[in-house]
Amino acid sequence: MTSILTNLFDGVAYGMLLFVLACGLAVTLGLMNFVNLAHGAFAMAGGYVCMVLVNRMGWPFFAALPLAFVSAAAIGIALERTLYRHLYARSHLDQVLFTIGLTFMSVAAVDYIQGSSRVFINLPAALQGQFDVFGVGIGRYRLMIIVICGLLTIGLQMVLAKTRFGSRLRAAVDDPRAASGLGINVPQVFAFTFAFGCGLAGLGGALSAEILGLDPYFPLKFMIYFLIVVTVGGSSSITGPFLASLLLGIGDVAGKYYVPKMGPFVIYTMMIVILIWRPNGLFGRTAAR
Amino acid sequence: MFERKQFSRAAALVAIAGLAVVAPAEAEDTVKVGLILPMTGGQASTGKQIENAIKLYMQQKGDTVAGKKIEIILKDDAAIPDKTKTAAQELIVNDKVNFIGGFGVTPAALAAAPLATQAKIPEVVMAAGTSIITERSPYIVRTSFTLAQSSTIIGDWAVKNGIKKVATLTSDYAPGNDALNFFKEHFTAGGGEVVEEVKTPLANPDFAPFLQRMKDAKPDAIFVFVPAGQGGNFMKQYAERGLDKAGIKVIGPGDVTDDDLLNNMGDAVLGTVTAHIYSAAHPSQMNKDFVAAYKKAFGTRPGFMAVGGYDGIHLIYEALKKTNGDTDGTKLVEAMKGQKWESPRGPISIDPETRDIVQNVYIRKVEKADGELYNVEFATFEAVKDLGKTKK
Repeated sequence: MTSILTNLFDGVAYGMLLFVLACGLAVTLGLMNFVNLAHGAFAMAGGYVCMVLVNRMGWPFFAALPLAFVSAAAIGIALERTLYRHLYARSHLDQVLFTIGLTFMSVAAVDYIQGSSRVFINLPAALQGQFDVFGVGIGRYRLMIIVICGLLTIGLQMVLAKTRFGSRLRAAVDDPRAASGLGINVPQVFAFTFAFGCGLAGLGGALSAEILGLDPYFPLKFMIYFLIVVTVGGSSSITGPFLASLLLGIGDVAGKYYVPKMGPFVIYTMMIVILIWRPNGLFGRTAAR
Repeated sequence: MFERKQFSRAAALVAIAGLAVVAPAEAEDTVKVGLILPMTGGQASTGKQIENAIKLYMQQKGDTVAGKKIEIILKDDAAIPDKTKTAAQELIVNDKVNFIGGFGVTPAALAAAPLATQAKIPEVVMAAGTSIITERSPYIVRTSFTLAQSSTIIGDWAVKNGIKKVATLTSDYAPGNDALNFFKEHFTAGGGEVVEEVKTPLANPDFAPFLQRMKDAKPDAIFVFVPAGQGGNFMKQYAERGLDKAGIKVIGPGDVTDDDLLNNMGDAVLGTVTAHIYSAAHPSQMNKDFVAAYKKAFGTRPGFMAVGGYDGIHLIYEALKKTNGDTDGTKLVEAMKGQKWESPRGPISIDPETRDIVQNVYIRKVEKADGELYNVEFATFEAVKDLGKTKK
């Protein structure tokens, strides 16, 4: 019984991590209708910024996390203004080719600057190890992930559903022409949204270094996971990818624990079954654009 | 101004003409070694170490042997066998190399094997570690190690040292399966029991659920083989889950505590017992000098891949000395068979029958010295042949 709960806990933490990594992609893909396969590169940037700050410059881990967010967002905004915005109106194939190219360039650049060895971020002692709650092993680091990611999810949902900015964004997405006619600065809204998605990826990259490992191949290795989350969850909301991440995280961990022989395939099997059942994802709008 | 430009152009022309005359004569006095290594990609640290070690050797011993100048031509295959094959073809056909060497992973070494046979030139394997490699071409000679060498020894050692129940965690690819099978065979033959067997996918580094399964199986130790690089992830999560506190030890072939990564793993790795062919802490004078020179030149300590490259180039030098500079491939392979020398890892030789390396395997424990983590050797199994072949 206790091992079931330990696995559930690990699964939730893993799912939350997937969500923070992937939800920026859900925003660009679903809300902005832009295929950004370079999403993982922003996550990697955040991870490396955090690593350099903590390991080389002696910053505390918690101070480095916001900076991972900010720097990935800054890179995002710079690229959006210079490169991405020219591709909004182009076909999805152009977008895919362009962003895949960016991904390969980021891999080569990081390999050149930092070397190809896997790096780890030095964690404070308070985040290491496990403690027991009625026999259930709670990893401190994983608990922190659940707390941070949980708060982020609530915050995101509030921003999108309750604020002026949220309504502007939804308006800009649904009908950019009418929205700009009403005085909404559509390019600015898109730029801000894109940067925010990149920032989330950067934060996810910093948080995931401990669990997934960080090396120059990060964007390629985990691209498939981001895409699974977004396809299973449907890309038209935040709640969809959130629930999909949780489901996939728990399924992946449970699969590896209970049926280790086929564990790695559980996540793919789940995706196939869900997509046969609901081709637009769990929470996808059936009449998408 | 104009005149000067013309003059320098003329001078350049003369120089080129001169080179063209000299070049063919020089080529005959040059022995070319084509190195195929993963310099980019996940295995790049292997390539880097081997390249460094070869540079160091050539700095120390000079670049002429038996009156011939040694020229190294390095090609990057990123550990992708298709690229290895292309690189080997280019080296053999265009560059007319006399040796091919390197090979970071088993599939790369195998991809080049038919080409070595066809061109009749020696293929010196300096890293890849499955048993079958040397059987694929009569021109393959190995200076690294085989997984059978270290996995059987740790199996024998564990069962004699109070470890009766073991859970295994190995990466699901050829070297992982080699490590698992050889370990299991020797461990169970001695009366040990494998209570849990998990193969992890190469691409997924989150060990949490697998480790939880290990913890619940309550073994005396976990036998681990993961490719160098994932060792750090494994040890961190092993400690996070409290397996060290539950009294579950880590044993394995030495890849998991590669010198290249050991220092980044944290204190959880202390006490890990592995069997392997080389440690930067090997207590011979020759190794102390080797480590000091390597550190001075490249800023890091050498790992077992570096020593594989160092011995690989040494073998090439010695073969040329023995043939008196004759570059006939068949004669060179003959000259390599039965070579014996002292390496930074200890005494080694090339088995004349299998062309594979015969060497000491050491049992080591991770300890702290001068604030750094080292694999400290405490038992030696002498002149171990590749057991993967003696069965046949």
